[in-house]
Amino acid sequence: MFSYCTDPDTLSGLRWLSCYLTTAKHAGFYWSFLTVLTLLAITAPTALAFGFGGASAARSQFAPLRWFGKSYIAIVRGVPDIAFFLFFVIALDQAFEWIRHQWKCPDWPDAIRQGNDFVVCAAAKLPLGTAEQWVHEVYGFFTAVLTFAIVFGAFSANVLYGAMRAVPKGQLETAEAYGMTRRQTFWRVLVPQMWVYALPGLSNLWMVLIKATPLLFLLGVEDIVYWARELGGSKTPRFTDYPHGDWRLWYFLVLLVFYLCFTKLSEVVLERVMKKLTRGQATLGGTT
Amino acid sequence: MKKLILATTALAFSAGFALADGHATTVRMGTEGAYPPYNFINDAGEVDGFERELGDELCARAELTCEWVTNEWDSIIPNLVSGNYDVIIAGMSITDERDEVIDFTQNYTQPDPSAYLALSADADVAGGVVAAQTNTIQASFIASSGATLVEFATPEETVTAVKNGEADAVLADKSYLAPIAEADGDVQLLEQEELIGGGVGMGIRESDGELKDKFDAAITSMKEDGSLNALIAKWEVGAQF
Repeated sequence: MFSYCTDPDTLSGLRWLSCYLTTAKHAGFYWSFLTVLTLLAITAPTALAFGFGGASAARSQFAPLRWFGKSYIAIVRGVPDIAFFLFFVIALDQAFEWIRHQWKCPDWPDAIRQGNDFVVCAAAKLPLGTAEQWVHEVYGFFTAVLTFAIVFGAFSANVLYGAMRAVPKGQLETAEAYGMTRRQTFWRVLVPQMWVYALPGLSNLWMVLIKATPLLFLLGVEDIVYWARELGGSKTPRFTDYPHGDWRLWYFLVLLVFYLCFTKLSEVVLERVMKKLTRGQATLGGTT
Repeated sequence: MKKLILATTALAFSAGFALADGHATTVRMGTEGAYPPYNFINDAGEVDGFERELGDELCARAELTCEWVTNEWDSIIPNLVSGNYDVIIAGMSITDERDEVIDFTQNYTQPDPSAYLALSADADVAGGVVAAQTNTIQASFIASSGATLVEFATPEETVTAVKNGEADAVLADKSYLAPIAEADGDVQLLEQEELIGGGVGMGIRESDGELKDKFDAAITSMKEDGSLNALIAKWEVGAQF
């Protein structure tokens, strides 16, 4: 990075540190912060959409849809996150490949399951074996987003389901008295009013989601915790120009500060949203 | 007959693709990236080490295009069998247990004695607490010995456990522990060593016989012309062939 970095052995103090912190390896660490933020930015709305779908399904008039919504909420909430992240992603990936295999290679003579192996034809591979590394990384990232969205979607579905039931019944009856259809009542009266009841639960979920991002490494995405562990581990002079002892504590302190700042910022924003949503509502918050 | 025709068509197609792309098939090499000198992430953020050099040379000899990926040690076999990469090249010793799940090429290092690293020379490795990485030959060796086993997900953590007194010693490949003992005055290698494992090989899916043959042939050619010995000497990963 800097011109004086060519021979780190001769450097000391701040100059050494400035060279150390600008290695290409550290760039990977800095990028991973962006990865985590992007993941949150995409996952949160997706999970909310899953949650909204799940909650609407769970209170549907149509029985099979209602069963689907309720079992989605019950099953995903009941399975430990770590089991979900360890096994579900491999299963999801295999399911995609299996479908593509049936579609692209219907004449394939061999079995897909051969003992322990899962073998699909080359054209059905996701991403293709010949694809660039970044395609694999993007694909891994999106399976991660999907898994997070399914898990957190179930929790937010439960929150929204409760929030929908918390809207005063009088509001819905009035809407009906005005001659609104069920659909109109849902979209014009119920949905705008439920958010204020949902927000405390949703803000909890958001905080948990922020703290759950280290699970990314289980999904093969190199996140900030992976890099902190890798960079902080002690380095012997034979394998690096910047040998050092066990510095994991310092790296994890950086992560601690990052997470604390981020959750604090979220709290401030959520507080504002809450103020906005409670205005004019028939709740204690709305009257003050 | 039908199979034969299909296989020929498939071959013709892949050959066509290869020509069109201007390079041969891509093989994805899965490694851990946390086990120097075998494999580690260098200052430039890339996979480096004995296996990186060896793998690149083998791919060149087998006329394959290779792509390096890292994966956590714990899930390195499940991800191979489900097809996320095609080869494990991660200092993995050939054992009967693993051989039931995946196939191995011939070994490209001699069986490396496992060594103990401890704070003092009189550490009790027979009845004390010994650290090892999960799912390694060393972990199963200690589990069947008289010592108490503590397992860690990464090699780095096993060494830290010894330094902070959580374990009396750590058992790992000697070539991994030797540079650490050299650089760090607090810890030392014990004289006692254990001869376990049958050398390190590349892990390949059982259904991927063709790829296995290619790499076997490439390893044989490297053994014959002495280039493998040169690499072993350069990275100090045990005895030569």
